Amino acid sequence: MKVRVVVTLKPGVLDPQGKAVHKALGGLGFAGVSDVRTGKLIEMEVADDTSDAALDEMCRKLLANTVIENYRIERA
Amino acid sequence: MKTAVIVFPGSNCDRDIAVALEAVTGIAPAMVWHGESELPAGAGVIALPGGFSYGDYLRCGAIAARSPIVRAVVEAAGRGTPVLGVCNGFQVLTETGLLPGALMRNEALDFVCRDVALTVENAQTAFTSRYAAGEIVHFPVAHHDGNYNADAETLDRLEGEGRVAFRYAEPVNGSARGIAGVFNTAGNVLGMMPHPERRIEAAHGGDDGRRLFEGLLETVGA
Repeated sequence: MKVRVVVTLKPGVLDPQGKAVHKALGGLGFAGVSDVRTGKLIEMEVADDTSDAALDEMCRKLLANTVIENYRIERA
Repeated sequence: MKTAVIVFPGSNCDRDIAVALEAVTGIAPAMVWHGESELPAGAGVIALPGGFSYGDYLRCGAIAARSPIVRAVVEAAGRGTPVLGVCNGFQVLTETGLLPGALMRNEALDFVCRDVALTVENAQTAFTSRYAAGEIVHFPVAHHDGNYNADAETLDRLEGEGRVAFRYAEPVNGSARGIAGVFNTAGNVLGMMPHPERRIEAAHGGDDGRRLFEGLLETVGA
C-alpha cells in the first residue's frame, strides 16, 4: 500500500525558501500570489496492515520535526 | 581526561575538534563511529562535530540523531556527562530533543562562512567559565542552516534560565533573538553554530575558542 506523508512548516514559522520562491514567481510576472510555503512529500510503500498508530509514530519519531513542522498522512 | 568525538558519515570537523581536545587534554580523543552502540569507558567529554551527517538528508542532523551511538550519547548526557555539539552537532542535539528548538535555513538563504562576533551570555557554566559575561569573542561560522527557531515561550524560558550561551553580536542568519548557542536544563549539554575548535591558536587568527575547551576540561577535572 502506498502512503504519502506531507510535511509542512507550522504556521508562523518563517519559511525562507517559500519566500525566495514567492519572489521568483513575482520576478516571472505572476501576479496575485500572496504567499508561498514549501514543504516535503514522502511516499512510502508499506504493508497493507500497517496501522494508523504505526504511521503516526514514524512521523513523530523521524519523518517530521514537530518542533517546527506539521504532517499529514494520506493512504492511497 | 579521556574524551570522545562522534564521527558520522559526512562529518567534516571531527578532526578539528579532536585537535582542539587534544591540545587542552594532551590525550587524543577516541574517535567513535556512528554505528557503535557504546561510548568508550571513561569518556569525560563527548563532542558532536560539524559537517553534513548522512548528507543532511531529510533534515539537518535528523538521521544522525537516530543513530545507535547517539542513543548512547543521550544516555550519557542524562547521567551528566558534558556534551558539546558544534554546527551539525548542534543540529543533531536539537533533533534528539536534548536541546530545544530547531535550526532552519538561514534567513537570507545563503551559506554563511566568515568570522562573527558573539556575546558571551552566561559565563557561569562548565563550558564558559573562562569567559566574562558580556564579553565579545570571535568565532568562525560556516553553515547554511543555522537559523535558530523556537516558540516564544521556549525562547523566554531559555533566556530566563540563563540557557543562552552565546548570542550573535551582528546579523548572521536570522536566528531568533540572535541565539548562537544554548544549554540544556542541567547545563551539561551545549549546542552552538559557531566553531570554537577553529579558533584555538594564534595561527587560526586568535584563540577565543581555546578557552571554551580549557574551561570545560578544568571544570570536569582534566
